[in-house]
Amino acid sequence: MTDRADTDARVKALVEPFNKKGIEVTDQTRFAQDLEWDSLTVLDFVANIEDEFDIVITMNQQAEIETVGQLVDAVGKLKAA
Amino acid sequence: MSDLFSKFDPLIETREQLLSTGLTDPFGLVMEEVVSPTVAICNGRKTILLGTYNYMGMTFDPEVIAAGKQALDKFGSGTTGSRVLNGTYVGHKAVEEALKDFYAMDHAMVFSTGYQANLGIISTVAGKDDYIILDIDSHASIYDGCALGNAQIVPFRHNDIDALEKRLKRLPPEAGKLVVLEGVYSMLGDIAPLKEMVAVSKAAGAMVLVDEAHSMGFIGDHGRGVAEAQGVIDDVDFIIGTFSKSVGTVGGFCVSNHPKFEILRLVCRPYVFTASLPPSVVATAATSIRKLMHGKAKRDHLWENSQKLHAALKALGFTLGTDEPQSAIIAVIMPDLERGAAMWEALLHEGLYVNLARPPATPAGMTLLRCSLCAEHSAEQVVEILGMFEAAGRRTGVIA
Repeated sequence: MTDRADTDARVKALVEPFNKKGIEVTDQTRFAQDLEWDSLTVLDFVANIEDEFDIVITMNQQAEIETVGQLVDAVGKLKAA
Repeated sequence: MSDLFSKFDPLIETREQLLSTGLTDPFGLVMEEVVSPTVAICNGRKTILLGTYNYMGMTFDPEVIAAGKQALDKFGSGTTGSRVLNGTYVGHKAVEEALKDFYAMDHAMVFSTGYQANLGIISTVAGKDDYIILDIDSHASIYDGCALGNAQIVPFRHNDIDALEKRLKRLPPEAGKLVVLEGVYSMLGDIAPLKEMVAVSKAAGAMVLVDEAHSMGFIGDHGRGVAEAQGVIDDVDFIIGTFSKSVGTVGGFCVSNHPKFEILRLVCRPYVFTASLPPSVVATAATSIRKLMHGKAKRDHLWENSQKLHAALKALGFTLGTDEPQSAIIAVIMPDLERGAAMWEALLHEGLYVNLARPPATPAGMTLLRCSLCAEHSAEQVVEILGMFEAAGRRTGVIA
């Protein structure tokens, strides 16, 4: 498994508990519009991602992330940093 | 019609729906007359005030009022100027001296509101490549201070020491860090584990700012707040406070022992680019702060009130924000906004004013009836308040 595929699988596994509508999650899935997450859900989810990968995603960085694919890429960069 | 206001449509709709049921607007109350720190006339009816943050009841203190009147006569109605130009009078220096004495700290800087104190200090102290690590449930003024500045913002789960420590450890060791905490969180009235949080922050090389707006005057041996009560005030770099709660007027401040603190007066935009407080306001604040140094009896009575109301509301079957009373704020959790608003109105009809708090101000989407006690509430008033809660709670079905 490539690094990105591994990160992708782990991110999507963490999305699932909050995927209330049970939609199919792809790289294009948007957190606000498609998953319909409110700010509190986002906070919980981000905390889980941070703990899973031992990183910090600042609110400034979060503002740039709209889709699952963008998050996977951002996590990849933060892990490498 | 679609224009820049279209983004407010969902809120306008929610509000119209709520008011169409005939409900009194919870955000449009007018105090027609204020009789004392605990009683006002609203809609022509005598109303007990249980949502004012006027914790120590200083608003009608005769010495405080006399000081304000004297300053009004002597120095006029306003300064019409910035603190760094024509807006620093002897009264502004005097209130800063009172704060230094109250907190036993080297420096004090007075802002025109508490909101501006957070806005100014946070946005100025933390620069572009610095990190601000803050509790998720922080007050709007803290978030707005972050938004005004350029720092990287890292939130952590409310009052979670482990979550704070983990994030501090993940940040670059060499980066500047400011940890922002509150002594009392005003929505649920819970206090922070400052002892542990300040320790992990210091261990990570971070500076620490604590907002003690809701603790001044009655928490800690000298009323300096939760940091004093938990024995860590000497490790706190900045304490932010307000004159609009226990002090009983309006204004905000920061106290600190930092040797370079005074430079902030020149670089802090929310301090520089606004008019200073009117002379009468700083005179009332200085008098009030000095009186709060000797407020032990009042402080004890406030705690009695808080404990009594908390225990009795719990016994009536209400769900409260904390298991034990931790401050002078008691948050009664409502099942939803509709019943919260109905209960708020029923209490008002009984003759009791509390704060209706709703998302986004509240954590976890809760609707709260927030009660803040005053040292001037008499034991009889507390009994009256409980009777009103019982009657309104049963009528609205919030309690069985």
